[in-house]
Amino acid sequence: MLELRDISKRFGAVQANDRVSFKVETGTIHAIVGENGAGKSTIMRIAYGFYTADSGDILVEGQVRQISRPHDAIALGIGMVHQHFMLVDTMTVAENIVLGAEPGSAFALDLNTAAQRIRSLSEEFKLSVDPNAVIENLSVGQQQRVELLKALYRNARLLILDEPTAVLTPQEVDEFFVILRGMREQGKTIVIITHKLSEVLAISDEVTVMRDGKVVGNVQTKDTNAAELARLMVGREVLLRVEKPEAHVGEPRLKLNNFSVSATDGGKRVNQVSFEVRAGEIVGIAGVEGNGQTELIEALAGLVPASQLSGSISFEGHDITNEGARSRRERGIAHIPEDRHRRGLLLEFSLAENSILGVHYRPPVTSLGNIMLDNAAIQRRVNEIIQGFDVRPANSELPARALSGGNQQKLIIGREFKLNPKLLLVSQPTRGVDIGAIEFIHRKLVALRDAGCAVLLVSAELEEVTSLADRLLIIHKGNIVGEVDPKVATIEEIGLLMTRGH
Amino acid sequence: MKDLFTTALLWSTVRLATPLVLAAMGGLLSERSGVINIALEGMMLAGAFTAAAVTWAVGNPLIGLAAGMTAGLAIASIHALVSIRYKADQVVTGTAINILMLGMPAFLSGAFFLSSGSTPQIPREQLIPRLPIVAAFLIAVPLIWYVMYRTPFGLRLRAVGENPEAADAAGVGVARMRYWGVLLSGILAGLGGAYLSIGQSSLFTRNMTAGRGFIALAALIFGKWRPVQTMLACLLFGFTEAISIQMQGVVKLPSGEDIPVQFVQMVPYVLTIVVLAGFIGHSRPPRALGIPYQKER
Amino acid sequence: MKLLRELIFPLMAVLAAFIVGGILILLIGDNPIQAYKLLIFSALSWPDGIGYTLFHATPLIFTGLAVLVAFRCGLLNIGVEGQLYVAAFAAAWVGITMSQRSAWILVPLCFVAAIFAGGVWGAIPGVLKARFGSHEVINTIMLNFIGIALISYFVQYHYKVPGDPIMQSSEIGKGAHIARLGKFIPGLPERIPLNLAFLLALLCCVLVYYFLWRTKWGYELRSTGASPTAAEYGGISIRKQIVIAMTISGALAGMVGINEVMGYRYRYYDGFSDNYGFTGIAVALLGRNHPFGVIIAALLFGVLQHGGIYVDGFSEHVTKDIVQVLQGTIIIFVAAEAFFRGQFENFSLFKQSKV
Repeated sequence: MLELRDISKRFGAVQANDRVSFKVETGTIHAIVGENGAGKSTIMRIAYGFYTADSGDILVEGQVRQISRPHDAIALGIGMVHQHFMLVDTMTVAENIVLGAEPGSAFALDLNTAAQRIRSLSEEFKLSVDPNAVIENLSVGQQQRVELLKALYRNARLLILDEPTAVLTPQEVDEFFVILRGMREQGKTIVIITHKLSEVLAISDEVTVMRDGKVVGNVQTKDTNAAELARLMVGREVLLRVEKPEAHVGEPRLKLNNFSVSATDGGKRVNQVSFEVRAGEIVGIAGVEGNGQTELIEALAGLVPASQLSGSISFEGHDITNEGARSRRERGIAHIPEDRHRRGLLLEFSLAENSILGVHYRPPVTSLGNIMLDNAAIQRRVNEIIQGFDVRPANSELPARALSGGNQQKLIIGREFKLNPKLLLVSQPTRGVDIGAIEFIHRKLVALRDAGCAVLLVSAELEEVTSLADRLLIIHKGNIVGEVDPKVATIEEIGLLMTRGH
Repeated sequence: MKDLFTTALLWSTVRLATPLVLAAMGGLLSERSGVINIALEGMMLAGAFTAAAVTWAVGNPLIGLAAGMTAGLAIASIHALVSIRYKADQVVTGTAINILMLGMPAFLSGAFFLSSGSTPQIPREQLIPRLPIVAAFLIAVPLIWYVMYRTPFGLRLRAVGENPEAADAAGVGVARMRYWGVLLSGILAGLGGAYLSIGQSSLFTRNMTAGRGFIALAALIFGKWRPVQTMLACLLFGFTEAISIQMQGVVKLPSGEDIPVQFVQMVPYVLTIVVLAGFIGHSRPPRALGIPYQKER
Repeated sequence: MKLLRELIFPLMAVLAAFIVGGILILLIGDNPIQAYKLLIFSALSWPDGIGYTLFHATPLIFTGLAVLVAFRCGLLNIGVEGQLYVAAFAAAWVGITMSQRSAWILVPLCFVAAIFAGGVWGAIPGVLKARFGSHEVINTIMLNFIGIALISYFVQYHYKVPGDPIMQSSEIGKGAHIARLGKFIPGLPERIPLNLAFLLALLCCVLVYYFLWRTKWGYELRSTGASPTAAEYGGISIRKQIVIAMTISGALAGMVGINEVMGYRYRYYDGFSDNYGFTGIAVALLGRNHPFGVIIAALLFGVLQHGGIYVDGFSEHVTKDIVQVLQGTIIIFVAAEAFFRGQFENFSLFKQSKV
């Protein structure tokens, strides 16, 4: 159905795809796996016309084709569902689906015909959704169905799905796979881009493994296993679980009591949550993204206005519910944010200037009456962070933007660890980080715990949170619905709590 | 006081709101497609000057009108090119155009008419009659509403302003739609400006728009980037201007003196600030407004 | 190397603008080379050319700094024009009301009046943005109109010399005068209005540099401009920074009043500002939003300003409005920097990885 031959693509100094070649057979589910930055999204975006290759050919059903924009790919029957949904929130399902292929004339948009066709497609592929609903009111799962319908509406015969299960609970993933198998029966070809090995083994017929922009393996799924795939992805033996000594737990540092966070529209994102985190332990919060974890951590860090909070937060016995971010940091609460580009770094500033964010207003960073910045002290600080946390390249004058995701994250972690925190709030610590850095970061977190810090860890990667946490809480629609012992709980148990809340 | 509220006042309101509505509708098309248009003022000035100069030279106001619209289009094409293709900061570009338009008309009129910024007076019979223009704005608003919400063009325009990645993925040309939005805004703003010089007045004077382009922008924000609400906001601003003109010489301070002209002049500007402060919190601009679109990894 | 790269693009923008301006001059029937020669040489003669050029550059340094401080906080202060008018009037008011006092009292008081008034007029849009989120671009433009109208009212009804047809206030007291540089520099006649405010402007450049890059307050301001969300994460109050930045910006703008009222006309003169506020935007952008760049850019525009008057008088068709045309064009080219960068991407001299 689709063949990619010797495709190469360079972005500036990065060779994203290096002579990539593989074939996708018609009527199969083909998985493309690799770590973050392996080039899997790039190659499929080239196939979809979002990017153009520097060299190489794309063949559709045996014929070489020019695909220079999505329009061309769509015309050839290729559809794509992106990792971050490409939907216009303020418009309806029907409007989103027909965008670019509107029925009716140039003078009159005919949404009724569209709605009819959408309904019949919904029936055929079991993707139920209301054509007149507005996107921002739909759940993530429903939005994903809209994305699938978008491709099907345009008669896609090949569907490219980029990390489709990132936002689904284990149960929703099973339902999703049923839909995919149904599509395969109907003769559709599916390419699924993912880094989740268990899913690859569950659903695909064939696997292509990519690493550093090259194809390093191409196997039939039934002939391989997780360990082999992981080894191909990384190039060496991979430790799938971190080694961790027993926790020495101390007194409670953080206590939440009936704590709630409301959003600006009045809805409760975090609902009457109560738990505690003690010194020397890692408490993990597992849950599908969008269930209140983000709001919880931001509120704990002091980044949500007090008017949106109710209940109480106490730290070392003091009520800090109404305190701002600065005073919380002064108390010894450090925060490694979920979105390092938005929250964690000043991308245009140098590493040196980033290393003092949060402590820039007091000695030792300042001198001369606590007004002037002490450059020597700043240099010392940033160099210690760079050495201690293996930040590369080791040049403190580079802008933060020049670093890779993993190195940016290490810088942030080094900066927060330098506070010798008593409580560390950390959210999605290894998102977008390459595997070498992941191991490093995990080890550092455990070391911090062993030094007596209380750690609250939020992660959407079940493997990460189950291997790091000493206690595991599950969050669902803003409520803490259960606590399990990660050493004994099964994925199914956790998955159930994540979906159904009980 | 009763003398204030007459049909004359109503007519004044509509008349004064006309250039605002035209410019604001232009701004709407540009901003809904995602490009901030601070340069409405400059586009209006370009339209006003060109319309006056050409009408005087040729003797025909219709040609002058077309020339004004073309001038607006020309200025808009600079804004479009620099903002869309070269991804410059749109507020800076818009401000630059406004600065350019502070000097350009005066420079040209100095060259052609040897004056310090005004064009020569145009005889009465060569001016645009007011009624058709005013009617034009009453047609423009529903027309723009229909295009925005009932045609594929409008759907794509709105998509490009809210989520350009989604539009691109659906095969819609983001840059193309934005060019349309900005260029159309130039034509409309130029028309609004032309109305000022050859419809409402009989010549072009230095800086004759006096901030109307910015007031139109404020009306757009007040009107939540929707055609009908924006038109109502423009009518409100037109009303304040009409009232302030009526008040001069008629309404007096308790002591019997006239209200100094400067205070009366200030009213529309103060109102704009109040409106922005009061309502901006509830008004949500198109999500991609002001962000140049580039395909980034 | 990095410095060269920083300079080359503004330079190209200026060059490109001059080319465009040259074409325009050609189109209206004058000789661009002649016009430009007049422009530049008239500005570089001694003592008149250089003296006047530096004098014209002084308000532009202040307004350039004003725009730059706001810009570094992510704000576009278009209200510099209104701020400087309000401040100039405030300085004049003190100078008139207390005209009997000696220089020891009057000079500092007038300074404070100008800085304070400018600061307040700048703080208003700052507060409006911090409290209500309303965009500073529109508010500052509105306040320009309001400020100018307000001051016009005061001058016309209260502070004009009775019977004087010109819209200007009465004179300030002798104690409020500040010395012209001609007093200290041999060869420079005192009739040239270049005064101590020029030195004050240079001092402000140094102060602004230290403030922004060497103090913790400057760090907070710049962080807010670079990434408000990250600044907030770092414990910085965005609202506070917005108000502070706009106030400082207005205060800097206000110092133009010192040059004008205390060093030149010794009274408030309606319409004294030759678009200093808007030119300040061009100066800041051309100077890459850095105090030392601002000095260079202000000097360039000072040359244009002075030269423009000459060109106006001595050429047939070109008026001094060519200056505005050049300014607007320069900003457009600076803003469209990508235009030049694109052409240079192929020169290996400029190929650097990622940065």
